[in-house]
Amino acid sequence: MEDKKRNEAYNKYVAAKIPKTKPWPALFNSFWVGGLICMFGQGINDIFLLIFPNLSQQTGWALTLITLIFIASFLTGIGVYDQIGKFAGGGSIVPITGFSNSITSPSIEFKSEGIIYGICVKMFTIAGPVIVFGVASSMIVGLIYWIVGLF
Amino acid sequence: MDVFLTYLIVFLIGGFVCMIGEMLIIFTNITSARILVVFELTGVFLQAVGAYDYISDFAKAGINVPIIGFGASLAKGAIGAVKTHGFLGIFTGGLTATAGGIAAAIGFAFLFSLIFRSHTKK
Repeated sequence: MEDKKRNEAYNKYVAAKIPKTKPWPALFNSFWVGGLICMFGQGINDIFLLIFPNLSQQTGWALTLITLIFIASFLTGIGVYDQIGKFAGGGSIVPITGFSNSITSPSIEFKSEGIIYGICVKMFTIAGPVIVFGVASSMIVGLIYWIVGLF
Repeated sequence: MDVFLTYLIVFLIGGFVCMIGEMLIIFTNITSARILVVFELTGVFLQAVGAYDYISDFAKAGINVPIIGFGASLAKGAIGAVKTHGFLGIFTGGLTATAGGIAAAIGFAFLFSLIFRSHTKK
C-alpha cells in the first residue's frame, strides 16, 4: 500500500520534471527535415539512374537506400546525426537513415564494453525488433499468398 | 512529369509521413523502436494488399525513403519468391529483397563503431 503511494508520488514528480516539447515547432521541424531527407534520397536515385541508365527500378532504390544508410551511419559516427535527431525528432527517425542511426548509435556508445558484448550485442537494441517484426510479417504475407496460390 | 513537381511531391509526402511519426512521439510517448516497427508494418500491409506500388509510382522517394519502403520490399520479396519458388519463398523472400539494406546497416555500423569513439553527451 505504501509502495503504491510512493510510486504515484514519484511518477508525478517525474512527469513534472520531463521537459515539455512544444508540439507545433517540433511537428514543423520533423516535417521539413524529413521531407528534405526524402528529397535527398530522390536526388541520389536520379543520379544513379543518370549514371547507369539500365538499372531496374528495384536495383536503383536498393543502391539509393544503401547510400543513405552509409551517409547516416557516417554522420552518426562523427556525432552529427544525433544533433539532427534532437532537432528533428520524427523527421530523423522515420526515414531509413533513422534505422541506420539506430544501429550505429548504440554500437558506438557501448564500444567500451568490448567488440562482442559491446558493439555486436548492443547493435540490435532497436534494429532487433525491426528485423524480427519485418521477417515475421513477411513470412505471414508469403504464407497467405502461398495458400491463396494453391487454389 | 516536371522535375520540380516531382521533388515537391517527394518533399511534401516524405515530410508528412515523418510528421505523423513525430505526432506519435508527442501524443502517445512511444519510443523510436516502436515507431520504426509501426511504420515498417504499415509498409508490409500496404504491399500485401497491393496498394504500395501505386503510392510509390506517385510519391517516389517520399514513401520509399521512410521505413515504410523497407517493410514494403520485405512483403514484395516474400510475394515474389512464393510465386517463383513456391513454399521455400515464404522463408527466403523477405530477407532476400532487403538483404542489401540490412547488410549495409550492419556492416557500416560495425565499421564506423570500430573507427569512431562515443561522443559524450553534454
